[in-house]
Amino acid sequence: MSGGTFVGMPAFPAAAREAVGDTTLRANLRHATHTIRDKRARAVAELSDWDRLREAGKRIKDHTLRHLDRYLVQLEESIERAGGTVHWAADAEEANRIVADLVRATGETEVVKVKSMATQEIGLNEALEAEGIRAYETDLAELIVQLGRDRPSHILVPAIHRNRGEIRDIFRKEMADWGRPAPDGLTDTPAELAEAARLHLREKFLRAKVGISGANFMVAETGTLVVVESEGNGRMCLTLPETLISVVGIEKVVPAWRDLEVFLQTLPRSSTAERMNPYTSMWTGTSDRDGPSTFHLVLLDNGRTDTLADEVGRQALRCIRCSACLNVCPVYERAGGHAYGSVYPGPIGAILSPQLRGTGSEIDASLPYASSLCGACYEVCPVAIDIPEVLVHLRERVVQGGEATRGGNRVTLKPAKGHAAERAAMRAAGLAFARPGALRAGQRLASRTRRLHPRTLPGPGRAWSATRDLPEVPVEPFRDWWQRTRGGGGRTTESNGQ
Amino acid sequence: MSARDRVLGRVRRALADVPADSVPVDDVAYEKAVDRGYAREHGVRTVEETVDLLAENLADYRAIVHRCTEDEVSDLLMRLYAERGSETVLVPPELPPHWLAAADPVRVHDRAVSTPHELDRVDSVITGCAVAVAETGTIVLDGSPDQGRRRITLVPDHHVCVVRVPDQVVASVPQALERLDPVRPLTWISGPSATSDIELDRVEGVHGPRTLEVVLMSGE
Ligand code: SF4
Repeated sequence: MSGGTFVGMPAFPAAAREAVGDTTLRANLRHATHTIRDKRARAVAELSDWDRLREAGKRIKDHTLRHLDRYLVQLEESIERAGGTVHWAADAEEANRIVADLVRATGETEVVKVKSMATQEIGLNEALEAEGIRAYETDLAELIVQLGRDRPSHILVPAIHRNRGEIRDIFRKEMADWGRPAPDGLTDTPAELAEAARLHLREKFLRAKVGISGANFMVAETGTLVVVESEGNGRMCLTLPETLISVVGIEKVVPAWRDLEVFLQTLPRSSTAERMNPYTSMWTGTSDRDGPSTFHLVLLDNGRTDTLADEVGRQALRCIRCSACLNVCPVYERAGGHAYGSVYPGPIGAILSPQLRGTGSEIDASLPYASSLCGACYEVCPVAIDIPEVLVHLRERVVQGGEATRGGNRVTLKPAKGHAAERAAMRAAGLAFARPGALRAGQRLASRTRRLHPRTLPGPGRAWSATRDLPEVPVEPFRDWWQRTRGGGGRTTESNGQ
Repeated sequence: MSARDRVLGRVRRALADVPADSVPVDDVAYEKAVDRGYAREHGVRTVEETVDLLAENLADYRAIVHRCTEDEVSDLLMRLYAERGSETVLVPPELPPHWLAAADPVRVHDRAVSTPHELDRVDSVITGCAVAVAETGTIVLDGSPDQGRRRITLVPDHHVCVVRVPDQVVASVPQALERLDPVRPLTWISGPSATSDIELDRVEGVHGPRTLEVVLMSGE
């Protein structure tokens, strides 16, 4: 089993129901996502050519994916020429083994880590622990998560679900077990909490001999790796240790140096809503007495080539993990990151996890339904991934089964269990949508009788609505409202969300 | 079969549905695939306005910005160190000596044998820079002899960076990349170290220097 699945995780609907009942969590999340969302819109508006940058980002990634074999081989050559060593890992187990062996060869039993989704996905920390190697997370939020024996809940702000009081309690209680204890009388002001983390972690950075990282981009042409961050813990892990091991998904490669001009403009603005993140590090192999003298890159597949084999779903590999889609998602805002049962939460998680891991488990089969299909995620995505399109495609796969690639082999999937009611509902919906007249009449009727509607469906629909509150029917159908307020002339305007 | 062959084989099989390109993938094919019609810089500015924008954006991300001429730089630096009470300052191997001519602090040199703990005891660090980006408020260091190893601008808590204006200033990220050499280790710095991990409140300095001072030094 891949370490990326949270063991014992209930499927999305159950997990989400629990999360939605947690009012502290909802308040923390709402505050956070709304703050970032508004700032992002302002940061993006500063660039008059945003649409062209977005289109260029999409094309660069699509072109790279189309010729991925070529660019990976070129990357390998460039890195080895620059003094680095490249390793290939088909799955999580292989990657963990390679890293553990590399660390053991240094004779060290401690490593410092900069936050990396790829290493979380493969469960590297746990695998190293089993080999007697302790991995220290050094990003402030990851430290909060690690000390709290918790799981990250957001791509960018992994401890977004914790407020300052909770963080102070975790620091006071746990820091001493991992190294330098929290200062006496620690209060819950963010500045004091950050200072406590600085002191606690500095002790580890200064003695670290091995660093482990991911990377945001790898440039095939030059062999350059890029890490984008805010705090400086990345710089610490990338430059102070003697040995650096980077574990990176094969989809992170871009062909040319100048491609960075697109992503270094779109990534910071989409993620933290800044013109530029405080620190970006770029390194090419090893440099003369500046930084680590040994550099290893582990190229990770772990389901990525299976995803690549899916004609509709492969676009998920364009993702640059900016997390903009999480911050606009009404489902994420209410359910929180943990409900997705994967290191990739939110809309991107809903399409990426079931592709990387397959839809065999209950949680993975439920993820394509963790969306209202409102399209907000597609609108903000800086590489224009049509998340709703992939969601619908994956729903079809869950409900009807079909051809897919697993572990490099073509397989025929059976429909997932427990989705019979859904199949019926989908067919009914399909009928209605194919006949606009019927849909319109049905909606009007629904509006007029809205007060009589139950919160769960009777009969065969019960199983379906057991995990969903039926939406309240609006006073007036959207179509009628549109006609009334800005219709006229019977013209229908369709926005494709661009 | 090696993992390398397995992964590459899977990539090739995964792409079997996509028609093979009629031309081999080379740089020309790549140029055709990606439309670079986005802006090389945003807005029209004079050289002075570009420098002003740099100052504004640096300050917006809470770097402290100073301006001076080349003749004034040593007095300015003396004042900055005195105000902060710095007793030791790390200097890269080829910092122009006259910059620190008037400064009191003891110079510390980064040697390969010096440990991170030693660097941690130094009060301040001073460097030049490779290029500065106005639109984003970023300074970029490339490890040249007036900037030193990456670690010296990371461990001490106070970093003073001298930017020659307008020569070292570009408007935008695309223009900056054109000037940089990917073979060198590069560090892009936009404001001091910061975190927003606690309720999205911005706090300066978790790991990197908590104070970044940028001196915009003009030729006359
Ligand atoms: S899917 Fe798009 S918006 Fe979401 S994290 Fe990835 S790049 Fe960002």
